[in-house]
Amino acid sequence: MNDASVWSIFLNSALINNFVLAYFLGICPFLGVSAKLDTAVRMGGAASFVMLVASVCAYLINILLEAVGAPYLRIISYILVISSTVQLVEMLMKKLSPPTFRALGIFLPLITTNCAILGLALFQTNRGYDFIQCLVYALGAGAGFALALVLMAGVREKLDLANVPELVKGTAAALIVAGILSMGFMGFAGLGR
Amino acid sequence: MAIKPVTPTDEFVKGLWRDNPVFVQVLGMCPALAVSNTAINALAMGLATTFVLVMAGLSVSLLRHFIPREARIVSYICIIATFVTCVDYAIMAISIELHRALGAFIALIVVNCLILGRSEAFASKHHPGRAILDALGMGAGFTGALFFIGIVREILGSGTLFGVGLFPDGFQAWTIMVLPSGGFLAMAVWLLLVNWLKKREAEAAGRAEEVAS
Repeated sequence: MNDASVWSIFLNSALINNFVLAYFLGICPFLGVSAKLDTAVRMGGAASFVMLVASVCAYLINILLEAVGAPYLRIISYILVISSTVQLVEMLMKKLSPPTFRALGIFLPLITTNCAILGLALFQTNRGYDFIQCLVYALGAGAGFALALVLMAGVREKLDLANVPELVKGTAAALIVAGILSMGFMGFAGLGR
Repeated sequence: MAIKPVTPTDEFVKGLWRDNPVFVQVLGMCPALAVSNTAINALAMGLATTFVLVMAGLSVSLLRHFIPREARIVSYICIIATFVTCVDYAIMAISIELHRALGAFIALIVVNCLILGRSEAFASKHHPGRAILDALGMGAGFTGALFFIGIVREILGSGTLFGVGLFPDGFQAWTIMVLPSGGFLAMAVWLLLVNWLKKREAEAAGRAEEVAS
């Protein structure tokens, strides 16, 4: 069991150990979808949503696996259950709330097999969080992911207008920006111990 | 696909440089950045990924006539997850320290887009021999890239290589290189170098063509 307070878990997952900038999880969407501010916001929303779903799933699966005594099935069952649940939610959403689906829909399948999602599930298991802590952790991670994506998109929109050497354009420039952002996030390390 | 026949050696070599997974295709970035803070971690991660890559490539290639198209991604993920679990437990048995250093990132090999990408794009269309060669080449390219990032970060960040001190006592280590942002920066610099070399290569090829025509 882990007795960290809810607030410190949230701060920790959103800022101090930001999933993208400190754990390097979800780098692919971070580099791929951060060119436009609008898409970045929607991607962040979709990711937060999938993280919540994944967190609940992983919590339940873990209880089940512990009961059956088969922890070696953890990786395979996490990824299968999480991706099928997200697919199910996606279908429900399409039926019940078409506007939300249009806003988040196309991103959902992209995120499902993302390392940030599986990473979240594995970290919460390793740290032995209880149900509420899991939810808060997922919320924080989602908020942190969205924050990193939006910040990055803001910088990259400006970067498009700047005069950068041909060689640096694209991924290399994005990585340098990410490095500097990550340095900025290191400043949060002093928050809440 | 390819116009001229592809020899088995080409299958292997393309992963090393021309289609290097990290520097050219920019796949599998998460582990490349996360565990490359020391050379030895980078090497271990690269080898683990190579093993999964080869085994998954082989299995997918062998099963390619039995897996229905609609269910292929799920099947690939199951296959990959099985081998990753093997690797996870194997590393835990070999060295608990290494397992602690790599942490959840071994399990996260499952979602390394490189493996799923190669299974989908290559192994599912070619016979096992080719698939293994391709996987070995990609694995070697991935390991090499991780290792180079790891070397830079370890030498600059802690002044050591494989845990052996390299500098006299006065050396002030650049702690930033071991920290996350150092990973981004080291990767960016390598990427620039590779881009530059590629550009020169392309220019040289262009000039050769001009001369020939």
